[in-house]
Amino acid sequence: MSNDQDVLRSEFDLDFTYTRTYGPVMSQFFTALKNQKVMGIKTSDGKVVCPPVEYDPKTAEDLTDLVELSAEGTITTWSWVNEPMAKHPLQKPFAWALIKIDGADTAMLHAVDAPKDQVKTGAKVKIRWNEERVGWINDIACFELA
Amino acid sequence: MRDIAIISYAQTPQLRDAGAQNDIELVMDVTHKAMDKVGMTIDDIDFICSGSCDYLGGAAFAFVNAVDALGAVPPKVESHVEMDAAWALYEAWLKMQMGHTDAALIYGFGKSSHCEMRMTPTLQLDPYYYSPLWPDTISLAGLQARTLLDQGKYTEEDFAKVVVNSRKQALSNPHAQLKGDVTVEQILAEDYMVEPLRMSDCCPVTDGASSLIMVTREKAEQMIAEGKIEKAAYITGLDHRTDTHALGSRDISIATSASIAAEKAGVGKGSIDIAEVYAPFSFQELMLKEAMGIGENTKMNPSGGTLAGHVFMSHGLERIGEVADRIIKGEAGRGVAHATSGPCLQQNLVAVLEA
Repeated sequence: MSNDQDVLRSEFDLDFTYTRTYGPVMSQFFTALKNQKVMGIKTSDGKVVCPPVEYDPKTAEDLTDLVELSAEGTITTWSWVNEPMAKHPLQKPFAWALIKIDGADTAMLHAVDAPKDQVKTGAKVKIRWNEERVGWINDIACFELA
Repeated sequence: MRDIAIISYAQTPQLRDAGAQNDIELVMDVTHKAMDKVGMTIDDIDFICSGSCDYLGGAAFAFVNAVDALGAVPPKVESHVEMDAAWALYEAWLKMQMGHTDAALIYGFGKSSHCEMRMTPTLQLDPYYYSPLWPDTISLAGLQARTLLDQGKYTEEDFAKVVVNSRKQALSNPHAQLKGDVTVEQILAEDYMVEPLRMSDCCPVTDGASSLIMVTREKAEQMIAEGKIEKAAYITGLDHRTDTHALGSRDISIATSASIAAEKAGVGKGSIDIAEVYAPFSFQELMLKEAMGIGENTKMNPSGGTLAGHVFMSHGLERIGEVADRIIKGEAGRGVAHATSGPCLQQNLVAVLEA
């Protein structure tokens, strides 16, 4: 065995170190989030998808017509986490929910910080913004009751 | 379309922790068992296809190690899907349809015991809107279960009944990880993992592997004539479909892509003796039964199904193997096997197997 000091050492993080770009649609959505605004996108049949997608779900055509929506919405379904995991966005009992932003026809996934007995399908919620926003989905800290 | 025959199937026991056994050893065990059963060697195989998940190994191209189980000589045409091995079978089936191969060996493996399995599949989600929030598998399934409860379609008691049935069926499955006599009351007395789901509603974490051999109908009939095998199970329908990855953009209370795949595979063209469906959560078995048009006369998950043991990346292939095995043994005449991938039954594969 060699002396410890003879051994070359290097830090190594086991990780998939890919980087991605947001592309033409999501980059606008995330830039808007940074400025506390929520955008959706119009599809060929006049529906509004939020969070927005690049291509029409039915025709696969490019979508470009972004529209500003509100920071409020309605819970369409939810599940309740009593014991949060270390990576979860909230470290106290909370709900995961699909939330249909007002004016949108589809729902987004996020966490809801509210008393359990008030989390219901159909409950009105609003965005609680993170103080530090960098242009990603976690610029929304979570939703809370509206 | 050419009928393809499944002539052999092998799987490891569904262990909570396979200990020091590595991927290569798990794969070696099942591939050699599958070949030995029908007196074949690697020389008789002209295509090998596997399914696994690199996130379990924690390194890109981790699956390449497993190829060692089959040796480097003689060189073989080989492929891999970063999916459940049911989709590796699909790739081999396509190659056989095109006449590029006559005998294929398929295997799937997953060693999950060292992973945080509630979070590992989260790495496979949309990296922009979903993964950065770290929603775990049980939380996402909970969203889907809630839609069924909200609609009044099923109750938590209905979910528990699926568990009771699984544990009971698994009693006769020597490979099963979870089995026994439990009651609906016992299950409903459990605390929620993520409400509305309890621990028993969720599939267990399992280590293992499976392998099967497929040949053309002509080759199978020749092997039967030569007395090398007694019987084969023929794939008479196979299809897979996917729904959008955006959970909020589809109706998660129904498994639309499973319905389409079942219809295209011809599930309804005859009676179904047995069905093995890949339902990681109890309530999803109820959803799939409805989506695929499986009636009360069909024996559901005679192996115990996903709640009895869940080898991530191998479990879908195991469903096909289980059905094929029972047809080969003469216990069933026509059966349906199903595999799923992604959150809330996003992608679904359906195979119809006949004697």
